Amino acid sequence: MSKGGPAAYTAQELMVAVASREIRDGDLVFVGMRLPILAYAVARNSHAPEAHGLFEVGLMRDQPASAFLGTMGDPPNVAGALWATRMSNAMALMAQGQVDLGFIGGAEVDRFGNLNTSYVGDPNRPQVKLPGSGGGADIAILSRRWVTLMSHEPRRLVERVSFVTSPGYGDGSSGWRKRNGLLGGGPVAIITTLGVLRFPEGGGEAHLASVHPGRTVDEVLANTGWRLQVSDAVSETSAPTESELASIRLFDPEGFWTRS
Amino acid sequence: MAQAIEQFVPDRATVAMGVALEPLIPFAAGHEIIRQGRRNLELVGPISDSLFDQLIGAGCVRRVTAAWVGNVSEGLGHCYRRACEQQVPGPLEVHDHSNFSISLALWAAAWNVPSLPTRTLLGSDILHTNPDLSAIDGLVHVKAVRPDVTIVHVQRADELGRAHAWGPLGVSEEAGLAAGRVVITCEELVESSVTLSDPNRILFPETKVVAVVPEPGGAHPSPVQGFFKRDHAFHREYAERSRTVEGFEAWLRQWVLDVPDRAEYLKHVEVDSLRITRPLPSVPADFGYE
Repeated sequence: MSKGGPAAYTAQELMVAVASREIRDGDLVFVGMRLPILAYAVARNSHAPEAHGLFEVGLMRDQPASAFLGTMGDPPNVAGALWATRMSNAMALMAQGQVDLGFIGGAEVDRFGNLNTSYVGDPNRPQVKLPGSGGGADIAILSRRWVTLMSHEPRRLVERVSFVTSPGYGDGSSGWRKRNGLLGGGPVAIITTLGVLRFPEGGGEAHLASVHPGRTVDEVLANTGWRLQVSDAVSETSAPTESELASIRLFDPEGFWTRS
Repeated sequence: MAQAIEQFVPDRATVAMGVALEPLIPFAAGHEIIRQGRRNLELVGPISDSLFDQLIGAGCVRRVTAAWVGNVSEGLGHCYRRACEQQVPGPLEVHDHSNFSISLALWAAAWNVPSLPTRTLLGSDILHTNPDLSAIDGLVHVKAVRPDVTIVHVQRADELGRAHAWGPLGVSEEAGLAAGRVVITCEELVESSVTLSDPNRILFPETKVVAVVPEPGGAHPSPVQGFFKRDHAFHREYAERSRTVEGFEAWLRQWVLDVPDRAEYLKHVEVDSLRITRPLPSVPADFGYE
């Protein structure tokens, strides 16, 4: 919650606003599911009017859907699309390096930005079977840069993930992605319920770049499963603006994604 | 429907469903498979929303070859978790894919080659758990996956198997071409003059199609462009009730086992609130030739 008053905005609304600022005008964005669908709508309605959205179900758009979306394949996302097609066509653009930014959801992320959405524990006898990659691994490997959003908990931000579904910077060594043939540039930010972690140019280990209003660096460190580096220039995350909040609430009127 | 499933989906079959991703999922066909007590199926698909979770919980499945199994708007698939973590109701073999790689596996089968190369999945541990994927010289080779039968739900089809679907298609085309047989369920059964008026929109060669089942509402709770919205509340209720074995079994009795067919099922759904009522038709293409 913000400092300014009771329940001015939720953690999810702040995450959507922060995610939307990662979208640059003119980007082709591989949108994914859940909060990023709202982030695309917010960006398109503010600083990125020329941003295009690409959806692996087989859709391209240059404007947000005109009604609430529970999934990317919901009918309002198809009406007014620039392109309704097959998935392999959407993947073709990403395989050519034409997707500027991708969003990926994750259950676990590590200090080098590797995501696990497959297995907690031994894959042969998992403690937890997570749903799997979906398009996550494809986005992580092929998009030019990507961002992940998750709840900030020690069990989610871990020293090393036990299973790499969607690779970030691998073992963190210099040039790991290039050496292993990964086309895209890798993760640029981990947006959590407490703050924003960023990576150095060229990849490597995540550091704390900003802390959300009302949160502290100590709180972030206590909820991170490794000794998180803190940027000398660590700042406070800018709160959602009135217009960002208005956009979010327009596209999520019942709070299905941001207030439940 | 009962006849089509009886005839074309035997025990141990490899069955592709949910191939348009979130829309057009053939839930009615899946529920008939459960009612007929099929066993040891291999399910193939990209995401399937909660349909694969239901078939797994009902004990129909021995292997899943998919990119994602869960509940798209709600998250985890509880039956999938129980099968993988506790072997309940039985053990389950998983061949993990990404969305891109399952598409390539189906295209490989469609083109009758052993595998197709790609740059996706480099650096992913999926390469180590799925024997159908191998990295050689900087490329990942995705082994062909050939469904015995692909089941799709579409907006309209004629009785000779020409199906029209519109909206995003996911991996529908490669799943149909790769399959030995295609079973179609549809909102509307139309004359051939309708389907043949727009041959570009026909999804599969009719030579692949072995059955056409008119099944209005057969994709509920998934959406059908021009016909039905997605029933988000139904997905939420399934997620909550399937958290426990007992809850799932009660859900399964209520919505599948104690229901004779889709027409009866739909009497218990608030269909009117889900029906799309405002038309937004495309302009017809002119196929003139003289």
